Amino acid sequence: MTAAVTKKLMLWFPKCECEKPIITHLVRDYDLVVNVFRAKVTPEEYGYLVLDVTGTEADIERALEYVRTFDVTINYTGKGVTWDKDRCTGCGNCLPHCPTGALYVEDRATMAVTFDETKCIECLGCIRVCPFGACASAF
Amino acid sequence: MKTYAEINERIEAGKAVVLTAEEIIDYVEAKGLDAAAAEVDVVTTATFGPMCSSACVLNFGHTTPRIRMSEAWIEDVPVYTGIAAVDVFLGATELRYKDPANMYYPGEFRYGGGHVMEELVAGKELQLFALSYGTDEYPRREVRTWFTLSDLNQAIMVNPRNCYQNYNVAINGSEKTIHTYLGVLEPKYRNAGYSSAGQLSPLLNDPLYETIGVGTSVWLAGAHGHVYAEGTQHAGACERNALDVPTGGAGTLALTGDMKQMRSGFLRGVSMVGYGVSLAVGVGVPIPVLNRDVLKRTCIRDRDIQAPVVDYSHDYAHNTGKVVATVTYEQLKRGEIEVDGQTVAVGSLSSYSKAREIAHLLADEIRAGDFLLSEPFQKLPADTRMKPLRIREKSE
Repeated sequence: MTAAVTKKLMLWFPKCECEKPIITHLVRDYDLVVNVFRAKVTPEEYGYLVLDVTGTEADIERALEYVRTFDVTINYTGKGVTWDKDRCTGCGNCLPHCPTGALYVEDRATMAVTFDETKCIECLGCIRVCPFGACASAF
Repeated sequence: MKTYAEINERIEAGKAVVLTAEEIIDYVEAKGLDAAAAEVDVVTTATFGPMCSSACVLNFGHTTPRIRMSEAWIEDVPVYTGIAAVDVFLGATELRYKDPANMYYPGEFRYGGGHVMEELVAGKELQLFALSYGTDEYPRREVRTWFTLSDLNQAIMVNPRNCYQNYNVAINGSEKTIHTYLGVLEPKYRNAGYSSAGQLSPLLNDPLYETIGVGTSVWLAGAHGHVYAEGTQHAGACERNALDVPTGGAGTLALTGDMKQMRSGFLRGVSMVGYGVSLAVGVGVPIPVLNRDVLKRTCIRDRDIQAPVVDYSHDYAHNTGKVVATVTYEQLKRGEIEVDGQTVAVGSLSSYSKAREIAHLLADEIRAGDFLLSEPFQKLPADTRMKPLRIREKSE
């Protein structure tokens, strides 16, 4: 059996294809486990979908073939939430507001703040509370 | 025993032994107080955090024909013009013209006085707009132009209150989220916010104001500035622990420095959702090791500094003076404290990592002979308290 991998994808639709149940097909036809972080699906407007897909490399590739049949831009390296190291002062105001510990202090002696984007679920809590505008959302 | 003159001689000769307020703790423990007092010349302290009582005076120079500005804005942020013709005063918490503030609660407060100061020091081009009623010798009624820091004759930071000796830890005991200058506080003690560099903080390393006074040279966002007065709300007569360290607010410093010498990154505009704008300031203060007592006080540790936990949903707002719990900075820096048997997640507004960086930068400057110490010509009072404002009728 081929090992399952998880990939983060950012799909951007110039005009929403709302009438098509894309996620359902990803699950049913391509055997993927889907975890949606953020989505905007509004008729006649641009839309986006930030999600994790878990499955075999081959299934993910087949699923992406299917997704590409729509008018969509697939961004494999896209980051829905970014952390600007230079704008971050390392105050730590965000820490209690980050539910997954994506923003964290590794060494309590230096108290430097770091960001582990693999843990980020894009709740946007940090963006709301950061006094220095160090965190930003792509959408 | 050492004098300021002797220490400065060693600094000028490039021979000064300088350690940060963090390094000195282990150093004294290993060497012993007497040996360390003989060896070490200076201990550097530092802090970086929002300090709302920060401001600056800018002089624009004269236009042709001249204007006596009577109303002015920089990047749409109002500046005070009730001083001489082309001098203006800009405060850190000033909101941008027509900022909706908390009209749509909680307001975002994206830009204000603190951000103007950050951009000025970063060398950005900013827009000035000024109006005047016009006079015989100042006939111009309006000016709109772009400028940078280098175009100004003077840009002098004058901060009436920086470096609070100690500070509250804010918590929220109510049923709804509140937005404060110590962060967004979730209901029922879910999280807490504090703001102090603890064992690195200037006045916690000189709790009785033995070396830090009016005239003390300081590192103000990279500029060589000084303490020009006791800070507003300075209250040296306060509760202190067995090590003479205040267990609440206490002392403050009024600082000044030339913005043209400042380094971008150590002056940062602050946006606190639901509260307002401010300015985060980086300050370093050198402490001369005049004797073993002064040195001993610089060895203060986070675990020996207490801070009061105050409920900002009620007790702070209504000035009840109630303290919910007392915690140490060692506990705060672990990221969790316990209040009423409940574990509370902790965030900070003060950046300890930036404070460390500043303490090292200042130590490097002193070692290189580029930063001399100055003896204060006036002590900070240790016997004054903070008065409340009593609302009364005339002559009551």
